[in-house]
Amino acid sequence: MIAKLEAQDVRLDYLQPRSNSQLRALAGIDLKVMDGEFVSIVGPSGCGKTTFLSVVDGLIPASAGRILVDGRVVTKPGPDRAVVFQDASLLPWRTVLGNVRYGLECLKVGAREAKERATHFINLVGLSGFEDHYPYELSGGMQQRVNLARALVVDPKILLMDEPFASLDAQTREVMQEELLQIWLKAKKTVLFVTHQIDEAIYLSDRVIVFSGRPGRVKQSIPVTIERPRRLAVKREAHFHGIEDAIWSLIEEDVRAERNQVTLT
Amino acid sequence: MPAAVRAYLAHERVILGTLMVLLLLIAWEGLERGWWADALRPLLGDSAQRLRLKPIFISSPTLIAAAAFRMFFVTGEIWRDLAWSSAGYLLGLVLAVAIGIPLGLAGGWYRRLSYAVQPFLAALNATPQVAFLPLIIIWVGTGLSERVLIIFLLAVLPLAINAHAAVRTTDPRLIKVAGSFGASEWQLFRTIILPSSVPFLLAGLRLAIGRGMIGVVVGEIYGSAAGLGAMINQAGARFQTDRVFVGVLTIVAAGVILVEVVQRIERRVEIWRTPA
Ligand SMILES: Nc1ncnc2c1ncn2[C@@H]1O[C@H](COP(=O)(O)OP(=O)(O)OP(=O)(O)O)[C@@H](O)[C@H]1O
Ligand SMILES: [Mg+2]
Repeated sequence: MIAKLEAQDVRLDYLQPRSNSQLRALAGIDLKVMDGEFVSIVGPSGCGKTTFLSVVDGLIPASAGRILVDGRVVTKPGPDRAVVFQDASLLPWRTVLGNVRYGLECLKVGAREAKERATHFINLVGLSGFEDHYPYELSGGMQQRVNLARALVVDPKILLMDEPFASLDAQTREVMQEELLQIWLKAKKTVLFVTHQIDEAIYLSDRVIVFSGRPGRVKQSIPVTIERPRRLAVKREAHFHGIEDAIWSLIEEDVRAERNQVTLT
Repeated sequence: MPAAVRAYLAHERVILGTLMVLLLLIAWEGLERGWWADALRPLLGDSAQRLRLKPIFISSPTLIAAAAFRMFFVTGEIWRDLAWSSAGYLLGLVLAVAIGIPLGLAGGWYRRLSYAVQPFLAALNATPQVAFLPLIIIWVGTGLSERVLIIFLLAVLPLAINAHAAVRTTDPRLIKVAGSFGASEWQLFRTIILPSSVPFLLAGLRLAIGRGMIGVVVGEIYGSAAGLGAMINQAGARFQTDRVFVGVLTIVAAGVILVEVVQRIERRVEIWRTPA
């Protein structure tokens, strides 16, 4: 069976114009994500998670290696993938409705249908009544939910999510996690989910990928065998804590290694 | 707090502004009528006479008001000048907007075009553009096209430079959003670049309005049959100081009104801005 999404030895070097040197952000990522799989990526800050999502989306061309969707090489963004950006990146001159509708406009969906679909997802993320508000009138968490709705509304097969719940309070975060699982189950999406919260990664995912420190590599892939549907209570079970500790120690190694490097140089 | 103080604080901006203007007008009127000379004579003796200025030198608010009333409502002569100048001004400004903004936007968008026009913009920016007036007269003679050209030349730079800067400072994160949703180049321009440029473009327009006014005056120095600038020049040559002031103040009023219009548009367009 071919993977829904595959990264083959993806490398990425950023050109640093000031020093005219290269900064290696990704050093050969190999990853296969099956159709309908929910995969999280965790790793130390600055290890290239956002960069990897951008390459998968097609926003940044890989320096080497390639990305395949359904076995076909992709080099630019397409309606089969959508990103929930790390910083909400809303268009400040558009209302909530205008922002959520944005992707549909790019796809030239008719105004009437666009409005209907956008309204549906605004309700889904719990922002009904805020359709006509501008981003500056929303809290950080509300902006992030608009960001999520904006990605969902184009109905992508693959969702690329970059710490989408990082700015939410604990309660809203849990509600959103459950919503996301519902959407994922119902709409049979494939999700690549970046987070710093290890418990979030475990709770949501079929598999957690641990990245090494910069330059990013796949350090380990940890399957999460907890049965679905998962209740919130699983977060307090011993098995859950076992996985959590394993991931922690993997990341900790790299964080420590990096800090030592910094103090040495 | 007493009611009077509260009322003052509520309208402080208007009250202080009006008060300063009134003080200036009274001081001015007093110079022409010799109020200050008479009042200070016991103190300063004969040298107080220096505070009595000839109307030909300084005119006075009442003289100017009288002249304005005559020119606007009795003889009506100024309307012809106003219409004449407005025609050149509006043509020049429209031309500057129609060429400067697209040129600036395109320059911000296409790096090569930016490299190509940069030397001209830099040179034009570093010269006082009125220095081109003799050349313009050699090329097109005196008349409407000369006036339009000099106004255009003065107004086009802030428009082009602001449009250029607007495109270059577009938030790269928003460009990424558009790219991620597969926006075409035209969609990117229309949905991201253009809306985020609007505040810059309007600020450029405000600058252009003021600079174009310079063109009204200098463009009519040579051989213009009518116009506010020509009227100011002729009145100046004949020491009709009150008429000079009427002309200058008319231009000031026109500029203030135009800038106010643009500011209203700005407030309208930028309701999405975080109120400071
Ligand atoms: N546009 C860029 N130009 C140059 N270097 C960049 C650029 N974007 C990121 N980097 C560098 O690439 C590395 C990876 O950045 P990236 O944003 O992918 O990290 P991340 O894993 O998402 O971090 P975080 O968890 O803090 O969001 C960082 O060291 C960063 O300095
Ligand atoms: Mg990141």
